[in-house]
Amino acid sequence: MTQPAKPIIQIQNVSKRFGKVTAVDNVSLDINAGEFFVLLGPSGCGKTTLLRMIAGFELPSEGQILIDGQNMAGIPPNKRPVNMVFQSYAVFPHMSVADNVAYGLKIAGVKGGEVRDRVAEALELVKLGGFEGRMPDQMSGGQRQRVALARSLVMRPKVLLLDEPLSALDAKLRAQMQFELSELQEKVGITFVTVTHDQDEALSMACRIAVINKGDVAQLATPSDLYEYPANRFVADFVGSVNIFEGKLTLDEPDKAAVDCPGLGKVYLNHGVTGPHGADVWVALRPEKIYLHVPGAGKAVRAAAEDAPDGHNFARGTIRGMSYLGDITLFEIELESGARIRVSRPNLSRHDQEDFTWDDKVSMHWRADSPVVLLG
Amino acid sequence: MAEQDWKTNRRVFAAVSLPTFLWVLLFFIVPMAIVWLYSFGENRGLTEIAISGTLDNYKRATEWLYLSIFGKSFAVAALVTLICLIVGFPVAMAITFASEKWRPWLLLGIMLPFWTNLLIRTYALMMLLGTQGFANKGLGVLWEGASWMRTLVGLQPLATWEPVELLFNNFAVVFGLVYVHLPFMVLPLYAALDRLDRSLIEASLDLGAGHFRTIMRIVVPLAAPGIIAGVMITLIPALGAYLTPDLMGGTDSQMIANVIERQFKKANDWPFGAALSFLLIYAMFILIAMQSLRRRAPEVQ
Repeated sequence: MTQPAKPIIQIQNVSKRFGKVTAVDNVSLDINAGEFFVLLGPSGCGKTTLLRMIAGFELPSEGQILIDGQNMAGIPPNKRPVNMVFQSYAVFPHMSVADNVAYGLKIAGVKGGEVRDRVAEALELVKLGGFEGRMPDQMSGGQRQRVALARSLVMRPKVLLLDEPLSALDAKLRAQMQFELSELQEKVGITFVTVTHDQDEALSMACRIAVINKGDVAQLATPSDLYEYPANRFVADFVGSVNIFEGKLTLDEPDKAAVDCPGLGKVYLNHGVTGPHGADVWVALRPEKIYLHVPGAGKAVRAAAEDAPDGHNFARGTIRGMSYLGDITLFEIELESGARIRVSRPNLSRHDQEDFTWDDKVSMHWRADSPVVLLG
Repeated sequence: MAEQDWKTNRRVFAAVSLPTFLWVLLFFIVPMAIVWLYSFGENRGLTEIAISGTLDNYKRATEWLYLSIFGKSFAVAALVTLICLIVGFPVAMAITFASEKWRPWLLLGIMLPFWTNLLIRTYALMMLLGTQGFANKGLGVLWEGASWMRTLVGLQPLATWEPVELLFNNFAVVFGLVYVHLPFMVLPLYAALDRLDRSLIEASLDLGAGHFRTIMRIVVPLAAPGIIAGVMITLIPALGAYLTPDLMGGTDSQMIANVIERQFKKANDWPFGAALSFLLIYAMFILIAMQSLRRRAPEVQ
């Protein structure tokens, strides 16, 4: 994806209020042409309202939305160059698959022969070739969703909007559809804007993700940046699993920083954080970035000392909880301070899960580039 | 709660359904059976009816005179149903898409007439439509106003206002029946539209359809069960309407129920009245059978 970034959708200072409730609060976003954009957030955060405003089903209370440079104010849904795949799929139950897909084309005045060709092409695209004559009630949920996709894609919209497209599918099918949607998006080159509350879905499919919290954009970043460089506690906690400790910033220089956390100990970072000295901050540490060691041999201390000053980036504790998940084992460890920390450990060989058990004393260390300092 | 089959609790089922069963038996099945038997009987004196198994009553009932009244009743009932559908559909749509706050009040407005006796409502409607009624008075005022305007610009005044005959004719019967039966149409339509997944309507708009096309191609076909239910429960009582044509109709607007009433009262010919009643009932059976056959059709596919 090295096309020059050109915004196809510009959301400018958009707010939406329902009575006294503010669903979307002064949001500004640019969505680039050809990207797979995801609006991620917990239920009720306003992400669906934002999507419906792009489609034209809700009108912004304030601000404006531009699609391909054109202001959408006063333009009804049936005149917008976008199409939507609904959460319930909204496949017309009284029409065959072919009639469903042809519905929009016929309205647009496309002639009979071309309609047939384009319907066949769209169904081929979503791997439903030969299903033209089926009625929706003879199809599975996954197949109905493909009909909804074909019905929108056949219109060749500038933007395809997808409202929680995978939420009604079972886990296996969902994982498969994540790949298929990404593949489809690259094949057709249409901008996809998807709403989801599922972080795995967002991380696996998106070019860029906007995390929405309480009607506001909490962070806009690529999936890996979102995970590795969360901008605040909400994002760190919502995307993936994380340990968060409160602390005071004791050192902050361009190439290093240190935070003193009463719960965790002394944390050292090999880069600056540009926060006010002595400020109250939070340290976020992902469970998979913590290494477990058998205590006593001093391994944790030595490993930590490789890229941090003495006494930093290691801790001791007791295993209080364990859950074996096959590929990894999750540990819940009570630190000497009494705080709890979650650590995940990959099971690289078959007997790795036997290394540690309940009530074992353990020590742990992490690398100086692993912790993230959060100011808010 | 688990769904329970009545077969597993036969005694409970019997105990609960017994009163209803007795009620239906005593007050519906038995009287209907008596009337059915009368229809095969003949008058022997003023109060005595002999059930002789004759088919003369049915023969007489299929004479042209009575068939034409049957036909007219059907035509009036069909017209009333059509008007109810045309008027009721937008009303049901409006209630469905009204805000949560307004919906119960609008539904109440539709159901409110049920709380008043039909006779009183009919008399109220007659006061509205009579030659001295509010409708005519209102039109008279407008007429006078127009006349006065003409004199202002120097034209001849209009002739004096002659009240329009709004009552005691076929128009009044259709008007009255539409007024009485509209709720029967609106409620099933509302029930069907309320069940409709809103995202289907949004999907249609999203694919470029306008509102009219969305209604005709998505809303109406999907509300078809409600439309059929509304048509049936409007058509059947309208077909057997008695009070409205009796009070609001003219000499030429009698419907089949008025003829039947006359056989039981003035003409004192119960066997013939019974035969006419059963012809009407058979006609309704056919209508209901057609509806249930249509409902079963998609499953056959």
